[in-house]
Amino acid sequence: MIRFATALFLGAAVALPARAEVDIQTVTSTSGIDAWLVEEHSLPFIAIEIAFKGGTSLDVQGKRGAVNLMAGLLEEGSGDLDARGFARATEVLATSFSFSSSPEELSISARFLTENFDASVALLRDAMQKPRFDEADIERVRAQVISGLAFDAKDPNEIASKTFAAMAYGEHPYGTVDAGTVETVAALTREDLLEAHENVLVRDRVLVGAVGDITPEQLGALLDAVLGDLPQSGPMMPPMVEPQIEGGVTVVDFDTPQSVALFGQRGIGVDDDDYFAAVLLNQILGGGSFESRLMQEVREKRGLTYGVYSYLASRDLANAMMGQVSSANDRIAEAVAVIRDQWRLAAEQGVTEQELTNAKTYLTGAYPLRFDGNATIAGILVGMQMIGLEPDYVNTRNERVERVTLEDVQRVAADLLDPDALHFVVVGKPEGLVAN
Amino acid sequence: MLRFVRTALMSAMLLPAAAMAQTSGKVTDFMLENGMQVVVIEDHRAPVVQHMLWYRAGSADEPKGSSGVAHFLEHLLFKATEKMEAGEFSAVVAANGGRDNAFTSYDYTAYFQRVAADRLELMMTMEADRMKNIRLTPENIATERDVIIEERNQRTENNVQALFGEQTAAAQYLNHRYGTPIIGWMHEMEQLDREDALGFYELYYSPNNTVLIVSGDVTPEEVRTLAERHYGPIPRNPDLPERLRTEEPRQNAERRVIFRDARVAQPYISRSYLVPERDSGAQETAAALTILSEILGGGSTSYLAEKLQFDTQLTSFTTAWYSGVSLDDTTFRVIIVPSDGVSLEDGEAALDQALTDFMQTGVDAEQLERIKLQIRASEIYAQDNVDGIANRYGRALTSGLTVEDVAAWPGILDAVTADDIMEAAKLLRREASVTGWLMRPEGVTQ
Repeated sequence: MIRFATALFLGAAVALPARAEVDIQTVTSTSGIDAWLVEEHSLPFIAIEIAFKGGTSLDVQGKRGAVNLMAGLLEEGSGDLDARGFARATEVLATSFSFSSSPEELSISARFLTENFDASVALLRDAMQKPRFDEADIERVRAQVISGLAFDAKDPNEIASKTFAAMAYGEHPYGTVDAGTVETVAALTREDLLEAHENVLVRDRVLVGAVGDITPEQLGALLDAVLGDLPQSGPMMPPMVEPQIEGGVTVVDFDTPQSVALFGQRGIGVDDDDYFAAVLLNQILGGGSFESRLMQEVREKRGLTYGVYSYLASRDLANAMMGQVSSANDRIAEAVAVIRDQWRLAAEQGVTEQELTNAKTYLTGAYPLRFDGNATIAGILVGMQMIGLEPDYVNTRNERVERVTLEDVQRVAADLLDPDALHFVVVGKPEGLVAN
Repeated sequence: MLRFVRTALMSAMLLPAAAMAQTSGKVTDFMLENGMQVVVIEDHRAPVVQHMLWYRAGSADEPKGSSGVAHFLEHLLFKATEKMEAGEFSAVVAANGGRDNAFTSYDYTAYFQRVAADRLELMMTMEADRMKNIRLTPENIATERDVIIEERNQRTENNVQALFGEQTAAAQYLNHRYGTPIIGWMHEMEQLDREDALGFYELYYSPNNTVLIVSGDVTPEEVRTLAERHYGPIPRNPDLPERLRTEEPRQNAERRVIFRDARVAQPYISRSYLVPERDSGAQETAAALTILSEILGGGSTSYLAEKLQFDTQLTSFTTAWYSGVSLDDTTFRVIIVPSDGVSLEDGEAALDQALTDFMQTGVDAEQLERIKLQIRASEIYAQDNVDGIANRYGRALTSGLTVEDVAAWPGILDAVTADDIMEAAKLLRREASVTGWLMRPEGVTQ
């Protein structure tokens, strides 16, 4: 039995991870807009990801929810087409555009057939440059947003997230729900939406990734058509913020059988020299696989939860290290105690050589598996630009993981992990858990 | 099986001939001598494979009284075998940079790993091992039962919509196991034991009850060689029972489910009708129902959205869907969310009026054409995701359909006429329906 496993493991250690076979080109349009491109002509369609940095964090004071509502209206009619006309046009072309917003970005994921290239680009251009924001559509989408807020108010996960954000980030845009409140959304006017559009969709904050049946020349023309006439720049980004997280437990009373706990502490930036050491540390502690210490201790050994994980919330304007677990109301206290113990154990004693080797093998082996499908790759291209990486990163990323030493991880574990500053927000009717 | 790709593309009529020389989506199938069915879907763009083993056994095959055992067993297959320690399966997959998981439904249980293409043999070695050799301790049973109970807490007990869905499904099926939740009823889950799990395992886990589906950077020859080497030696189970289930009687009474819970944020109405599923060699009715669901509730240009969201603004959301891939009779469902200030009663009346009007006015030819254009295009987009195609085959082949049925499906959808759709719409009988209201308790407001 052991022999079998050892043989398997040696086999794994010797074999090299597959390489990510993506050839990234950089393209600059005539008017000076940059994009990353992976040509893939075997299927007759194109996937494009466009992101405007800033997203909902660019909401103007007192107009919380404007960017979110504006993004929701980009597919509700533009140019000569009203909402239904626009929807029918996308159906006739068998194209799909999806618009979404987050505190980091406003993003557009587009997919269209090669044979409908020109008509699809024209439709996308109008959606981005000439949204109609008709009154009837504003009212309809506003009602949907308000309905979503009502929904979130009864969702323990959303309640936990909102409570934690308010505690950690206060008045900063990261501290409030970016869809706004019922009051702020109800008060938004058409002018507010036009202003949000002008502030967010600007050329000097746009990032583009394109994958599929398209040449660099075609992409250049597309960039100028779709983005060329947008304003050059917008208002300043909000400042970076240091999360205010103190050790303790906050309980939000909510009548439901299973408590949801969101926990976190300060984090580390993607530009930090120790970032990859922190990634490996997190992978070992709670990286979401069955092998993580949290999964082993909370789920596999004690059956306290269906899932527990931690993650590096390294964002544009703030860095935290977060995690989540949910357990029945009479078991959540034990889950919280086990997580805190594991946090302390890792901070005080670090990780083992074997754990580090396993985490490296996993992360380097899993990396090339991410590049599956045109739309996924387009998303990765934008994600890389978002954190300031170069195209060559796909070839060097695994080396950066390999280069991390056990000493690096031990040092980061001691510096970063702070069990006494770990805060839990628990939503439910937890038994035996005292807020402090 | 190259035929499938060609058919799908030709029927699309959207493509230059050059696109035929593609690298992705070629389907091949064959059978091992021990009765294991094998399907290979090629995509040579990236050096990755997905290895999936589907068992033709799901929650609807469970014995009465032990609901949830199919899913419980799925969890337990990650414990020890005679060769592996508990948890070692996933650890080896992770140590090879892969990811693995499993899922259970009414008609199937499936296990999969996504790994670099050169690790396929290792995956087969381990998957073949746990088809016959699991070794369960009392401790495994107790701990993992707690895990599935927490899973039920997370998915269902903490989610009023899931609780509501469970009650409406139970009301829909008078005599069929689809009325019992896949994860199980809580009181029965709490009693599941080692004998329940092993009983299900020994009855259903054998090669002649499986479909092996490998997708990605691999050839059919490689898969055949490896499958014969690792799965081939496992003997078929001659006592595998035929999959005969109790059938629904003709349903003669419309039913109502009123579900009240203080956690309801958004009251809404659900309507489900018992309808036929996709049958092997006779998928035409199911194809018409599939397109009917698009016509009625497939987005903002659909009939119900036009009538209830745009023309009258009585609802803030409408949708309809039909789950055609199913071993036995399935459901056609409609959900509408009344706008703020519109009662559930008025919302339901508006829904019924809209459905009655639809039976009068019939199918809009332009809308039908747009839907068909999109179905054809979706076959092209689907080739960008061979794992998705693998999933399509897995679900179909464990639900009574054949490889030929799957290949024929796009063509059958394309041939559906307006008359076929209106004929299918008559199958939405009120006497075979359940209308559910999800609402807050009396006196409780937001």
